[in-house]
Amino acid sequence: MNKEASLTHGVNLDVLERDLDNSSAGSEEITLKVENVDLYYSEKQALKNINMEIPKNRVTAFIGPSGCGKSTLLRCFNRMNDLVDNVRIEGRFLLDGEDIYHKNVQVSQLRRRVGMVFQKPNPFPKSIYENVAYGMRIIGIKDKRKLDENIEKALKGAALWDEVKDRLHDSAMGLSGGQQQRLVIARAIAIEPEVLLLDEPASALDPISTLKIEELIYELKDKYTIVIVTHNMQQAARVSDYTAFMYMGELIEHGDTKSIFTNPKKKKTEDYITGRYG
Amino acid sequence: MNSFSKWLKSGQPWIWLNAGAVTISLLMVIGLVLLIAVRGLAYFWPADVMLADYLYKGETSRVLGEITDSEDVNLERLRDSGFDIESEQEHLIRYLVKTGNRDVSGADFRVILKPMLKDVSYPPDVMVVERREWGNFYGFLKAVKKDGEIIAEGEEAQNIFQQRLDAALDVFEQISTIRKHDIGAINYNMERLRLRERRLELDGDTDPARQAEIIKDKKALDEEYKLLQAKLATLTKKIQRDSLVMETVDGKRVEINMGKVVHAYFPNAMSVLDKLGFYFTKLWEFVSDEPREANTEGGIFPAIFGTVMMVLLMAILVTPFGVVAAVYLREYAKQGLVIRLIRIAVNNLAGVPSIVYGIFGLGFFVYFLGGNIDALFFPEAAPAPVFGTPGILWSSLTLALLTLPVVIVATEEGLSRIPRSIREGSLALGATKAETLWRTVLPMASPAMMTGLILAVARAAGEVAPLMLVGVVKLAPSLPLDANFPFLHMERKFMHLGFHIYDVGFQSPNVEAARPLVYATSLLLIIVIVLLNLFAIRIRNRLRENYRMLEN
Repeated sequence: MNKEASLTHGVNLDVLERDLDNSSAGSEEITLKVENVDLYYSEKQALKNINMEIPKNRVTAFIGPSGCGKSTLLRCFNRMNDLVDNVRIEGRFLLDGEDIYHKNVQVSQLRRRVGMVFQKPNPFPKSIYENVAYGMRIIGIKDKRKLDENIEKALKGAALWDEVKDRLHDSAMGLSGGQQQRLVIARAIAIEPEVLLLDEPASALDPISTLKIEELIYELKDKYTIVIVTHNMQQAARVSDYTAFMYMGELIEHGDTKSIFTNPKKKKTEDYITGRYG
Repeated sequence: MNSFSKWLKSGQPWIWLNAGAVTISLLMVIGLVLLIAVRGLAYFWPADVMLADYLYKGETSRVLGEITDSEDVNLERLRDSGFDIESEQEHLIRYLVKTGNRDVSGADFRVILKPMLKDVSYPPDVMVVERREWGNFYGFLKAVKKDGEIIAEGEEAQNIFQQRLDAALDVFEQISTIRKHDIGAINYNMERLRLRERRLELDGDTDPARQAEIIKDKKALDEEYKLLQAKLATLTKKIQRDSLVMETVDGKRVEINMGKVVHAYFPNAMSVLDKLGFYFTKLWEFVSDEPREANTEGGIFPAIFGTVMMVLLMAILVTPFGVVAAVYLREYAKQGLVIRLIRIAVNNLAGVPSIVYGIFGLGFFVYFLGGNIDALFFPEAAPAPVFGTPGILWSSLTLALLTLPVVIVATEEGLSRIPRSIREGSLALGATKAETLWRTVLPMASPAMMTGLILAVARAAGEVAPLMLVGVVKLAPSLPLDANFPFLHMERKFMHLGFHIYDVGFQSPNVEAARPLVYATSLLLIIVIVLLNLFAIRIRNRLRENYRMLEN
C-alpha cells in the first residue's frame, strides 16, 4: 500500500507504536491546564465542565464530531473567543500556572506565547519575507540581520526554506495551499511561542501537503507544545501523543493516543472511533 | 407563438435589452463629448475670411468676415420679419458672420442671408488682427508706423510688420513680467510690512529698533519700486512707438498700436500647415494664458489651476477624515441602533443638494470659523478680512464635507470585505487591534478608499453651485500658489472651470463671441476631471496589485 493511500484509509496502528513509551500523563510536565470550564454563547452552553491537562512538548489532539466544541476549546487557549460577542467563560485556564483570563494579562502578550494556525491558510497579501517578519516587527525587532536570521530559521523550521529561499520577496499569495499553510506555521514559530494551536491545519489541503504538515508537526513537538484539532481520526492517530475526545461540549475521554484508539474506556469514544457516528 | 415564448425563455431578449441599453448610453456619451469637442476645438482654427457684397433692403454694403455658423431658415419666417425675398426654395441658408471691428462698427457679428451675397471672394491680403482690447480686427494692412512716421507701406508693410510685432510682443512679455511678478512681489511685501507695523501698534510695542527696521525695509522696497517704474516707463514707451495702419472694408483708416496686438495674420494666404501651426499656438494659449476682455478672450489657465488645486486640497482633507470615521464606525463602534442611525444619516448626507453645503460653508466656515480666525490671529488686517471671506481653503473644506459620505461608505465597504481570517491571523501573532488595523486591514482596504476618493473627485471637480458662495470668483487677481512667502495662499479666492463656463456663457457682454469658448472650456473641464480620475485609478490599481488576495 502506498503512502498516500494509507493517509485516507483505515487507522494504521503501527504508527501509534512510535514515541509513546514514556507517556503516561501523570509523569509529564504540564503546560496548559483547564479547570472546570463552562463556556456560553449567549444562552447556549458550548463547553460543559471541562477539566484537562496538556503536557509540555507533546502533541495533543482534539477529536470529535462537528459542533462538539473542540475548536471553541482550542480558541480559549489564546483567547480568540474574545473577538466573539456575548461569550461568557467560567472556570480557569492556566498557562504554566498563570490564569490567562486574569484581568492583568495582556492578550497580545498571551498570543505571542500561544501561537495559532487556522483551518484555511491565511497569509497576508505581502511578500513571503514580510509574512514571516510580521510578528517580529510587532515585537519591535528592526535589525535587518536579526530579521533575516530568524526568518530563515522559521522557514527552515516549517520545512519551507528550500522551496522559497530564492523568492522571499515574491507575494505569498503565489504559493500553493500547502506551502501557504507551512508559511503560516513559519510565521507562528518565528516569534517562538511556547504553545502552538493548530485548528484543523490540513483539512483544506491535498494528501501530499497534508503529509508534509503532519511530518512537520512531528518535528515541531521537540520545541513546542502542540494542540491540534482534527476531524481526521487517522491524522490524530498518526501525529498525536495524547487524544481528547469531545462530544456535545463535554470532554468524554482524554488519554494517550494509543489507549484511546485501541482500548477506549467509554462507549461513546468507541462508537465514534469505529465510525458508528460522527 | 410557441417559438416566440421559447425565444423569451432562452434569455436572448434580455441580452439584447442590456446590450442595447449599454450601447445607447455609450453613444450618448460619445456624442456629447464629440459635440463639445468639435464646437470647442473649431474655434481656434484660423478660418478663411470672406469678402462679399451684401444686398440688404435695397442697399449694397461690403462684408468682410469669417462665417462662424450657418442655419436653415424658413422663408415664411423671414417674410414675417419684414424681408422681401423672392425664392423658389422654402428654406434659405443664413450665416452668422464674424466681422469684428467692434470699435468701428459697434458689433462683432452680422447675420447674413446667403442668397443676398454677391461677388464672394477670399483675397489673400486680408489681415486679421487679434487685439488685447475690442476683439478682432478684420481689414487690410496699409502701413507700419514708427514714432508717428510711416516707415513702410503696401507690400513692404506686409513684410516688415511681423518682425516689428515680434519685437513688440517681446517687450510686452517683459512688461507683464515686471508688472505681475516684480511689482506684485513688492506690493505683497509692502502689505506685509504695513500689517507688521499695525501689529506692533496694536501690541503697544514702540521699540524704536523695530520701527527703524520697518522703515528701512519700506525704503528699500520703495527704491526698488522706483527703479522698476522707470524701467517700465521706458518699456512702455518702446512698445507704444510702433503702430499698424489698417483699412476697414468700408475704407475707414484705423491705427492700431503694436502694444495692443496679440496676433496678426493673413488667413487666406496661409497654407494648411501654417494654419495647423497657428491652431496649436492658439490652443496652447488657451490652456496656458490668462483671460482677457471679461473672460471672453485669452486663456483659462487660472481656472484650470484653481480647479485642480481645489480638488487636490479637497482630496487631502477628505481622505483622512473619511477613513478615520469609517474605521470607527466599522471597527470600533458597537454595532447597534445608534450606529445604524448614524450610517443612515451619513448616506443621506450624500443626497443633500450641494447648494445647501455652500450655505453651510458660508455660514460656518467663512463667517464663523474665518471670522474667529481673523479676530484671533489677524487683528492687524482689520477691517479687511483674511480668512473671514470666501477662499480656496473654505471651498475645499465645503467640498470635502460634500464628498465625505462617499468616502466613508466606500471605506466601510472595503473594511467589511477584509476576511476575518486575515484579522485573526494578525491577532494570533500577538498584534493588538490597532496594530492589526494599521499593518494589515487598512493597507488591504486602501483600494476601496481610493474608489471612494475617485467618486469624490468626480463629484467635487464638477461642482459649481456651493463654490459660488465660498470662494470662486469671475476673475482672481493672483493664483493661490505663487512665489511670495508663504507660497500657498489658502485664503485667496480662485477661478474654477465650472464657474468659468457659467460666467462666460451667460454673464458675458459678448455672448456670441464667447459661445465657442463655453464649449472649449467644457471640453477642458471634462479632460481635467478625466485626468484626475485616471490618476486616482492608477494609484488604486497599483494598490490592488499589491494587496490582491488569492481568489478562493
